[in-house]
Amino acid sequence: MGQITLKQVRKSFGDVHVIPGVDLDINDGEFVVFVGPSGCGKSTLLRLIAGLEDTTSGKIHIDGKDATDLPPAKRGLAMVFQSYALYPHMTVRKNIAFPLKMAGMNPAEIDKKVEYAARVLNLANYLDRRPGQLSGGQRQRVAIGRAIVRSPSAFLFDEPLSNLDAALRVGMRQEITELHQNLKTTMIYVTHDQVEAMTMADKIVVLNAGNIEQVGSPLELYRRPRNLFVAGFIGSPKMNLIEGAEAAKLGAKTIGIRPEHIEVGSGPWSGTVALSEHLGSDTFLKVDAGELGIMTVRGSGEVNVHTGDRIQFAPQADKVHRFDANGLRLD
Amino acid sequence: MSTQSTRLASRIMVAPSVIVLFIWMIVPLAMTLYFSFRIYRLLSPDRTGWVGFANYTWFFKSPEFWLAISNTLALVLGVLIITVVLGTLIALLIDQPVKGQGVLRILVIAPFFVMPPVAAMIWDNLFMHPQNGLLGAVSRAFGAEPILYMEQYPMASIITIVAWEWLPFATLILLTAMQSLSSEQLEAAEMDGASALNRFRYIIFPHLTRAITVVILIETIFLLGIFGEIFTATQGGPGSASTTLPYMIFKQAIVAKDIGRAAAGGIIAVILANIVAFFLMRSIGKNLDA
Repeated sequence: MGQITLKQVRKSFGDVHVIPGVDLDINDGEFVVFVGPSGCGKSTLLRLIAGLEDTTSGKIHIDGKDATDLPPAKRGLAMVFQSYALYPHMTVRKNIAFPLKMAGMNPAEIDKKVEYAARVLNLANYLDRRPGQLSGGQRQRVAIGRAIVRSPSAFLFDEPLSNLDAALRVGMRQEITELHQNLKTTMIYVTHDQVEAMTMADKIVVLNAGNIEQVGSPLELYRRPRNLFVAGFIGSPKMNLIEGAEAAKLGAKTIGIRPEHIEVGSGPWSGTVALSEHLGSDTFLKVDAGELGIMTVRGSGEVNVHTGDRIQFAPQADKVHRFDANGLRLD
Repeated sequence: MSTQSTRLASRIMVAPSVIVLFIWMIVPLAMTLYFSFRIYRLLSPDRTGWVGFANYTWFFKSPEFWLAISNTLALVLGVLIITVVLGTLIALLIDQPVKGQGVLRILVIAPFFVMPPVAAMIWDNLFMHPQNGLLGAVSRAFGAEPILYMEQYPMASIITIVAWEWLPFATLILLTAMQSLSSEQLEAAEMDGASALNRFRYIIFPHLTRAITVVILIETIFLLGIFGEIFTATQGGPGSASTTLPYMIFKQAIVAKDIGRAAAGGIIAVILANIVAFFLMRSIGKNLDA
């Protein structure tokens, strides 16, 4: 169980309408990622679902029941915070046991559940330490442990990896994905990192200024961005967006072509290489293509061009995205 | 900063201030010790000489002394309990977002700026006075006789006055401690199903222990020496009912003009303060370690 439905959910802080109105269905067992630039309202939306903020209007249904006015503890959700929000004066064991203790569970059962969580999360050797004596990754695991012992109907993650270093982030990302595969519980995950979104999600919700720009699987978003915002946001390096005559030729206001969908060597477009980054496996080129503007091109590692070279290149015809004057996709 | 020469240089540099501070402390202490073993009465300056421990034994034999010790401890304990408990509650209240928060906080802090004799005058004349006082008026409004606070409950009255003065200090320290608690921790506890009371018990209160320790230690230092309020409000009376150790020493020095005995009292006060400090550090000092 972990089905969540948002109906016309709105949130305003005074005159600021953070969430102007969101409809969203999250199915049981789904891994949903809210992604968007800073200040797009993704954390606010998560907090609305958690019950840490009150909705201004609209309805939130959890497992078919109206949860709009339920207090956070009654919603059956567990949250992992960006700062982990561990209780510093309690040992790891007490931290993980806290929600169970609050629920009035008997001590023997609490011990069993804590031991289980510790085993799953590799925390067994740290149970009697305090959060202050743990590394970032371990703290993260304790926070997750505190969430899983409650057997919630859904997990909420608020940018849980942003305080970790790059290497640890990759590891934790995989651990959370594995956790989801094992528990098969609904997870809602907020991040501004599109790599996390692309790798973890069953369903990505792209948010911008409180509005849902597109909902879909990672590859759907990559292959068929619904509008210019999603086109520019998903994918790294960013999609090249071209306006003007070149776009008009294809009957669009704007056309977009991803750096990896450009062939270097021959073709209708040409430009001067302003910067070339050789990463070994790939070569990223910044090309000043005159009228087309600055284009990012991704070549294979073997592409041998240097700053100042003049190159010819062409888009793969079937990978060109076309957008109308309103920024919406043309098909 | 740890080569041989820099360490030597730094020692030489701090030496003057250390020496001055040491003299500043040791000379009065030594003189007090010296006087405490001598006859030194301002009313009979011709009588001098060593008296051994006579000045000290006079204190221990005097029933007023034991009353003064218990009054001193009652004052310290009473004020500590009132200020920490009420201070925590008030801090919880004014930590809530309300309109006019700034003004409210200044109002809460205001008593701390009132000097001790003035505070005692305010309470003595405006609150506890049987004819003019507010509390007297309240008693009459209920048809009761006004209570003679300073006569019937002198020690409780003094504790009330001093607690009123020190409440803002405790509130202020506890408020800042409360504000340093991350809101995510409280939200996490809320998600974990902790009621408001449990959030206080398991999250806020443990977070406050260090601040409470600081409040207790600092207040104890000042409360052991409370004098102005007693002098202004009750003069240590009726009889010796509200005489504390500092007030008793004052009576020996200024009223009886017996410097020898007052010095002995001073040394006893120093020892008492150290005993209190020892037990305080034993019991709550560990809270200060990170």
